[in-house]
Formats: sequence, C-alpha cells, structure tokens
Amino acid sequence: MATVETQDVAKSYAGREVLARLDLSMVDGELICLLGPSGCGKTTLLRIIAGFIVPDRGRVLVGGRDVTALPASARRMGMVFQAYSLFPNMTALDNVRFGPRVAGRPKPEQLARASELLDLVGLGSQMQKFPHQLSGGQQQRVALARALAVQPEVLLLDEPLSALDAKVRVQLRDEIRRIQRDTGITTILVTHDQEEALSISDRVAVMNGGRLLQVASPATIYRDPADAFVARFIGAAAVLPGIVADGYVHSGNLALPAHAAHAHANGTAVELFIRPEHVRLDDLNGSVPPGSLVAEIHESVFLGSLTRIRVSLPDLPDHTGLWADIPSERAEAMKPGRRVLASWDAAAPRILAS
Amino acid sequence: MTRIVLGCAFLYFFVPLVMTVAFSLWEGGSVYGFAAYRSLLHRPELPTSLLLSVELAVATAALLVTLLLPAMIFMNLYAPRLRPVFEFVAALPFVVPAIALVAGLSALIEGPNWLIGTPFYLVIPYFFLALPFAYRGLDVGLRSIDLPTLTEAAQSLGADMGQIIRLVVLPNLRASMIGALLLTLAVVIGEFTFANVLLFRTYAVFINQIGQHEATEAAALSVFSFLITWGAMLGVLLLGRGSASLAGAR
Repeated sequence: MATVETQDVAKSYAGREVLARLDLSMVDGELICLLGPSGCGKTTLLRIIAGFIVPDRGRVLVGGRDVTALPASARRMGMVFQAYSLFPNMTALDNVRFGPRVAGRPKPEQLARASELLDLVGLGSQMQKFPHQLSGGQQQRVALARALAVQPEVLLLDEPLSALDAKVRVQLRDEIRRIQRDTGITTILVTHDQEEALSISDRVAVMNGGRLLQVASPATIYRDPADAFVARFIGAAAVLPGIVADGYVHSGNLALPAHAAHAHANGTAVELFIRPEHVRLDDLNGSVPPGSLVAEIHESVFLGSLTRIRVSLPDLPDHTGLWADIPSERAEAMKPGRRVLASWDAAAPRILAS
Repeated sequence: MTRIVLGCAFLYFFVPLVMTVAFSLWEGGSVYGFAAYRSLLHRPELPTSLLLSVELAVATAALLVTLLLPAMIFMNLYAPRLRPVFEFVAALPFVVPAIALVAGLSALIEGPNWLIGTPFYLVIPYFFLALPFAYRGLDVGLRSIDLPTLTEAAQSLGADMGQIIRLVVLPNLRASMIGALLLTLAVVIGEFTFANVLLFRTYAVFINQIGQHEATEAAALSVFSFLITWGAMLGVLLLGRGSASLAGAR
C-alpha cells in the first residue's frame, strides 16, 4: 500500500504527443480510474507507472520513492491485463504462486498464499484447473489473485473486464471493489466504460488527447464537469449553445433559465449542459409558462423503471434536442410527434464557455 | 467422390512403399526373405554412418536452439518490425541451390582446422538447410501464445528474463520446439549433396553407395529410413498432444 505520483510525465511516439506533461497523485488505499476514449493515453500512463514504458520526461513516485528508473520486475506492482494473460502451461494454483516462486519463497508458503488468494476470489475449488478449462471471468479472477500474490504496493488493472460479458463484468467489478477495500491496496483501473469508472472508483481521472481534464469523485465528475469534453463524455447530456444575457442563456428567441449563467458576463458564448434526469416533460395546455419550452417527442428508449425520451425544441436554432428521463409508466403516453412542455430547475444546468 | 480421391491418394502413397518393402525382401526368382536386411546388419558402415548423421542432426538442432530461438524470442518481444527480414532469411535456403551453398561455403570458410577437417563442418550448411523448417515450426509456436503479454505479466510478478524463458516461454513452446527439432533431424539425416561433395560418409551417402551395387539392400535401407521418419513423426504427435493438454487455451 502506498501513494502513487506521476510528476510532469510526458511521452511521444514518432513526434506524436501521447502524454503531455501530466501530474497525478493518488493517496494510499485509493482506487482511481483512468477514463477516456481510445487513444487518450490512459494505457500509456498505466504502462509508464508499471515500468513497461520509459517516459520521455517526468518521474513516477511510489510511496515517495522515485521508481522511474526501476524495471517492472522491481516495482512491486501487481498487474491484471486486458488480454487473458495466465500462463497456459500452469494450473490456476501454479499461476498464482508464480510471483512468490520466482521471489524464492519457500514452497509451503507459496502454496498457502496461493490457496488463500484463490479462496478470496472464489476459485478455491478450481485451483488444479488449467487456464483453458476456466471461463474468461474465472481467468481474470485467477489473474487478480496472481497479481495480489506478490503483495503489491500498487495494483494496476488494464481494462480487465472489457473481454467479459455484461453480467460477469458487473459481478467481477463488484468483486474487485470488495477485494480492493478489504486489502486496502492503492489501485489504478484503466477503462473506457464510464459506468464502470463511476461505480467502482474513489476518484475518476478523465483523459483526452494525452491530458488530464479532471480528477474528482464520480459524483463531482458527473454533476460538475470541468469542461465540455467531460460533460459530453460522462453520462448523457443535452448541449444547448447560446449567449449569456441577464442571467439567462439566449438561444434563438428563447431565454433558457440557468442560475450558473450569472457567473458569465453578458454576451459570452456558452454551452448549457442539462442532464436527462433534470428535464421535466408536462402536458401542453395552450399557454407556455415562463422558463418552459415547447418540445416535440421524437423517440423513446426503455431503460427499465425509467424511459429516456428524446424531444426536439422547434423554437431553437437547428431544432436542438433534449433528453428527458421519466418514469416508464408515464412514458406510454409519450408518443412520437406529440407536443409537450419541457422545463428544468434553473439550478440544474451547468454552463461552460464554448 | 471423396472416397475415390482418398483411394487414389492411398494408392499413390502406399503402392511405392509396399513395392519397396517387397523388393527389399526379394532374393531372386520367386524367393523372398530377409537376406538384404541380414546383409545390412553385417555392414559396419551402417551404424557408423547412421550415428554420424544423428550426431550431425543433434549438433545442428543444438545450434538452431542456441541461435535461432533466442533471436526469434527477441524479435517477437522487442523488434516485431524485423519479422519480414527474418522471413526473408529463413526462406533463402529454399531458393539457393545446395550445390551453390557448398561452393560458397568451401570458398568462404577456411578455418578453423579443428572444424574443417571433421564431419562437423557439415553443421554449418545444415544449419542453413534446416533453418526454414525450424523457423516455421518455432514461429507457429510463438504466434500461438501472446508472448509480449505473458512476458509483461511475468515481469510484473518479479520474474527476470531468465526465469521468464525457463518457466513460461520454453514450456509453452515445447510442442513447436520438438516439431522443429524433429524436422531438423529428418532434414539432416536425409541430406546427400553437401556430405557427398565434401566427401563425408553420412547415412544418405551410404544409402546412395549401397544403391549403386546392391539394389535390394538399398530398398531395405529405404524401409529402415521410413521407420526412423515415422518414429520421429509419432514422437511429434505424442509429445505435441501431451503438451497441448498441458498448455491449454492459446
């Protein structure tokens, strides 16, 4: 267990900047997710921390100790890979005891540690099986046990769930979180799945184009995105462009209510972000009250207890649309083509300079 | 239709073999027996030439394992862009005639004396002769495992490169290594041109010499060679199967 810091870490390949002088620090026992689209540099950062890639500049500190020059084998970090990486010639037990074995631990200790960890990941009865006799989820559990067997200071997880089917993914995700909490190991998880990142992390580091855009708790990332990319990338949000005037965002002929607009000077071009759960849809009874917009229903997506409805706003330029989450029992009446009133609490939208 | 094709293939492969066996048993007129085999057993050149060929095969295989395997592991891990170069070099022996290789070898390699004067001089050309077969065999094995990921996984667990090769790479390449080594064995034991031109009396040269004077003994030797080859192939299959059950999903 240890703190992890990257200081001014940069990496380029053939003149293309993959990581741009990046600083990230993690506290002891924290689980942080590196989240971003493909090619954003998250795996490169993880591999630099692991010791598989040498950064062009910057330092990696673990527990305050500079490990930048250390090879991967000397860093005391357990790693679980995206690809199934169990040694095919070894049983689950032998895979898990590999780390203690190469470290020269006595065989009874190796076996005891491996058995204990296989029990921890729920595979105590499968320890004599070879990788090809295990399912994908079981293989990743063994890989997790194997990574923990070296008693790592840091656990690195490189999209370990991406090859699994949805149900197993959720089960293993919860299990990783449980084990991480039980062991208290500082953990870095790389993923491009925002649901995974938001549900499992203490903090999420959103990356794009080799830069860290925001590092914050999942709730903060969701509710208070630092910039337009984060707002668009995390969760569903409608984006309404406009100009700030007198505490409103003016778009076309409409004044869109948003308290956050007060923080911007009149005439500033901004984008108003509003989440589907903040948008209300009501029946249209002739008049349009202030702060409400006429909307036309386009389509609906059933999500279980909620239904996500997409509406267009005819009074806005380009008929910009909104998403609204409403209880599914109410959604049956929301047929495509029907006109409704869309509104939101003025405190809900986030305003970002465009 | 399939049966006809299979029947034709069976006849194509087995009729010559059956006729060779029959001819090796022919003792003149309508008499058949094991005279040719008995005669062979009394020739002291048989065990010496066979032993020499086996020794050369083992030495060639050792050289291939020592030079080619580490080079291929290095290429797969650190220089995958060099693969086309490896492919080209490995295919060269197919396009250069053996006699040209002998001429080039004789002209270029003049020492050291402890090697030039002995049959083990043949290990040099045999290395190149077996290279395409050994390369293909090992390449199949290396492609079937995710070597970079397995290596990184082992490194993250604290293993050094020696431990990774000994505990992870070699066990997972066992089947392909055995295949490559047995192919090398077959190539070296059957090689005639180099040994004949350079005046070394290997097993293939011995068969050729016998064939010029004793036709039935040459046929008996051919049958004996078939048995060696089949034994080697059976070995590959059995060891490969054992390895596959151990190696698991690739």
